[in-house]
Amino acid sequence: MALMSYAAAAAAALGEAMQADPRVVALGEDLGRGGIFGQYCGLRERFGPDRVIDTPISEATIMGAAVGMALTGLRPVVELRVIDFALCAMDEIVNQAAKNRYMFGGQGRVPCVIRMPSGIWSASAAQHSQSLEAWFAAVPGLVVVAPSSAQDNASLLRAAIECGDPVAYFEHKELWAAQGEVELDARVELGRARTLRTGRDLTIVSWSKAALWSLEAAALLTGDGIDAEVIDLRTLWPWDRAAVFESASRTGRVLVAHEAIQVAGFGAEIAATLAEHTRARVARIGAPRIPVGYAPVLEQQARLDALRIAQKARSLVGAEA
Amino acid sequence: MCRIRAFEDAAEAASRGGVAAFGQLAGGDAMVRGPLHLSTGQEATPTGVCAHLHPADCLTSTHRGHGHTLAKGASLERMMHELFGRASGFCGGRGGSMHIADFSVGMLGANGVVAAGIAIAVGAAQSIRLQRKDAIAATFFGDGAINRGPFAESLNWAATFGLPLLFVCEDNHWSATTPTAAVSAGEGAAARARAYGIEAFEVDGNDVEAVHEVAGRLVAAIRSGDGPKLLQSRTYRVKGHVSVDPAAYRDPAELDAALLRDPLAITAGRLLLRGLSTDDIERFARAARAEVAEAVESARAAAWPEASAAFESIQDTGAGQWH
Repeated sequence: MALMSYAAAAAAALGEAMQADPRVVALGEDLGRGGIFGQYCGLRERFGPDRVIDTPISEATIMGAAVGMALTGLRPVVELRVIDFALCAMDEIVNQAAKNRYMFGGQGRVPCVIRMPSGIWSASAAQHSQSLEAWFAAVPGLVVVAPSSAQDNASLLRAAIECGDPVAYFEHKELWAAQGEVELDARVELGRARTLRTGRDLTIVSWSKAALWSLEAAALLTGDGIDAEVIDLRTLWPWDRAAVFESASRTGRVLVAHEAIQVAGFGAEIAATLAEHTRARVARIGAPRIPVGYAPVLEQQARLDALRIAQKARSLVGAEA
Repeated sequence: MCRIRAFEDAAEAASRGGVAAFGQLAGGDAMVRGPLHLSTGQEATPTGVCAHLHPADCLTSTHRGHGHTLAKGASLERMMHELFGRASGFCGGRGGSMHIADFSVGMLGANGVVAAGIAIAVGAAQSIRLQRKDAIAATFFGDGAINRGPFAESLNWAATFGLPLLFVCEDNHWSATTPTAAVSAGEGAAARARAYGIEAFEVDGNDVEAVHEVAGRLVAAIRSGDGPKLLQSRTYRVKGHVSVDPAAYRDPAELDAALLRDPLAITAGRLLLRGLSTDDIERFARAARAEVAEAVESARAAAWPEASAAFESIQDTGAGQWH
């Protein structure tokens, strides 16, 4: 157990994975200097430039090359810098990596982790601040992961590297410095949610940084006499229905909170599934359908926070009271 | 070359009425359905290049990839079964013509997206080197593909890392239904490769011996550690973009001129001069047609995939959770 940042936990977990398995390589821009968020610190020195590969600014070929590497026996960890730049590699992610195994009748496998740091990165405006995880959840072949803590970033990155499927892996751009106790050997199974707080009155389902806001919201709600349960989904596909359904059966109310734009967000999928399969009252909250602006007052309009989540939770609980 | 030609002719015949395109409606009878991109008239390039490749060498291909697949040593019969959508096809009927692959002979896949195979070959080449395998990678792409970003990115990448990779541009003059020259600046694939410091050669792509000779030199250089090379093989797309495309947009004189330079006819002429008889040559073509006819018959009789196969080989994590 050691106190580590979210970035250092990822670097440590990747280091362990590379040590354990010579097939694991990392490729992307600026990795030789530790990556722009420090999430590859020390790996080049430890494993050399052949396994920690500094690439040109060529997102399509970074991802395409990773597919070729995966098909020929390697397990690449692909750094696309920010989700916004991953859009330059969408063919390679969606048409090539995700579909290869099926399309070619199972002849090949594309085990890879596609790291696409996500979410609002303060003052970075519209092309560096998106949360697009719902797009990837809609693509058959992909696993979708979004860790919210240093421990989960270590455990889930390790699980993603070992799982054998292409994994869309969304670290949060504003969590890199977040500290937490990390046990590097602690394993987490993909597809398993984590209950951050137990409660009786409603369940808030969330992931990534929004899970932390949800926890803050739960603290605010105690002032209203509302006891909220908070579930961090951690894996968006496959998502942990059993955990969410079980919680919903106890609380009877579920609010899905995410940083991504609410319209067609993954919250809609969870809410609709709950409506189809449970008796729970459901609601969702996400960002308005606007690009993220630069000036603080503009950026703030696109941000979800604990206050907004708490407000939505109150209305969900109060609506039937 | 005879086998590729016979395969394409039979696939074309089996595809009539199989796709709604170019003003035609799809009928229900066609055995080969959907877009079928024929490489008729382009047989010399894969034949001349792949003669130098081993099963351990990796190859990526294009939407017009039947010739590449055969030349790399894949089973003609299983490829026909895949075109017919049968369970016994290379991909169990999941892929069809645009997604043929035979990983067992290093053929890592045709591709429905122009230029997408190039970057995959770059990764295969880097992987080969990293794992110190005794192999190289090769990638076929068309002249239309040189206008997509992954071509430029991959040239730079392969040159920067000095990868064991052969780029083969099959320059058939057409980007779907648009003449490539009308939408392309500069002198083509070879000139662009040279701008990145990659040694590049142009060859008459309808002359299988010329292709074989130049490709042999390039492959040998790549195997010796000399980095990536590019071969621009000038050929011609005799058929339309897809099998049902009558290519009414092009000057018939252009096709007539191309047919005079048919790669099979050129080779046959040479063999006659070297003492083979017309009968000897016709025997090759006849044997190829017989092999293809058998493949068509066995494909026709082969079983369709089970409906449950639609849910297999997608992903392990979350398998079974389809909604």
